[in-house]
Amino acid sequence: MSDYAISDDSFVPLKIVIAGGFGVGKTTMVGAVSEIPPLTTEETLTAASVDHDSLDGVPEKDATTVAMDFGRITLSAHHLMLLLFGTPGQKRFWFMWDHLASGAIGAVVLADTRRLADCFAAVEYFERRGLPFVVGINEFDDAYHYTPEEVKAALHLRSDTPVMCCDARATSSARHLLIKLVEHAHARSVAARAAPPAEPAAEAGAASASESAQPVPTSPPRSPA
Amino acid sequence: MTSYDDAPWVTDGAPRLRPYAVTGGRTAPTRRLALETLVIAARTLPRVPLTPEHDETLRECRAGPRSVAEVAGRLGLPVAVTKILLCDLLDTCALILTAPAGPPDPTDPYLLEKVLVGLRNL
Ligand SMILES: Nc1nc2c(ncn2[C@@H]2O[C@H](COP(=O)(O)OP(=O)(O)OP(=O)(O)O)[C@@H](O)[C@H]2O)c(=O)[nH]1
Ligand SMILES: [Mg+2]
Repeated sequence: MSDYAISDDSFVPLKIVIAGGFGVGKTTMVGAVSEIPPLTTEETLTAASVDHDSLDGVPEKDATTVAMDFGRITLSAHHLMLLLFGTPGQKRFWFMWDHLASGAIGAVVLADTRRLADCFAAVEYFERRGLPFVVGINEFDDAYHYTPEEVKAALHLRSDTPVMCCDARATSSARHLLIKLVEHAHARSVAARAAPPAEPAAEAGAASASESAQPVPTSPPRSPA
Repeated sequence: MTSYDDAPWVTDGAPRLRPYAVTGGRTAPTRRLALETLVIAARTLPRVPLTPEHDETLRECRAGPRSVAEVAGRLGLPVAVTKILLCDLLDTCALILTAPAGPPDPTDPYLLEKVLVGLRNL
């Protein structure tokens, strides 16, 4: 890419994924933290077209349009741009998740305690991938209140995975989730650099690894709460 | 109860005609761009005539760096189609890549510290 002029307005893009089950508040959270109203970005995908951008030879019946939420936060003083991607929730779009998770700082997994099992798939996915994530318990008004510790136990999370209650509609709360995520990612990264690698998946290389779809369980071996 | 797989934002077999027309029948970009690749409009005007879609793309990138994902969202075009338009504009130097150094390392502690400072100061 060096054949293009370098701009003064050089910014470094960093991705953050907002995941979780159907209707859990992903779009709401992207909208709450983004400096622009959230956009819907569409990818036309087939399993075959994931690795390259060609639209050629894609039979219409096999093409699926996957929509994700997009938002951004510009940190001008640091020449950084955080790009927020709300994932499509369906399990059959795992390859899309790979696309988003590749090179990302990490993920916020939103959980609804009325349907906790809906976020198992996301939790399982990010654990396997070694991508740092935090769990936000999006408290809906009619939901029974569970403590973060109870949710952590129900999800069988690693003890260092941050879990906190949130309101995806509130900017401060949604921003707090992002801060928690970046703190967690930072702590993990410092630890990984200080110690010999214990978990290859959590190593730096994993984030920039191939974007091709990895085998991911469609039914995570977790039991509902 | 709504089924996981009947989510409303999925449209199978979306019409393909418009995207192909927009790219003049071309189906592949001239270079690899990622969803997060940032581009910005050059200060000089393009030397070649632009289609309305190119114009719109360029307009979106005048105010500051824009990611491929954002431009696609604003144009309402699939990402793959947007990439073809963006490559046209990059090839004619109407657009500039803002970070030609390649993808950042998202596990770089120094980078993450800067993100934290930035987020806390918002
Ligand atoms: N009470 C309450 N309602 C919320 C909260 N977050 C989101 N909602 C509401 O829940 C509904 C679903 O939120 P969305 O943001 O559309 O959820 P989503 O995860 O994007 O949904 P899909 O994209 O359809 O999977 C909306 O009506 C929101 O207003 C929250 O923290 N508390
Ligand atoms: Mg949504």
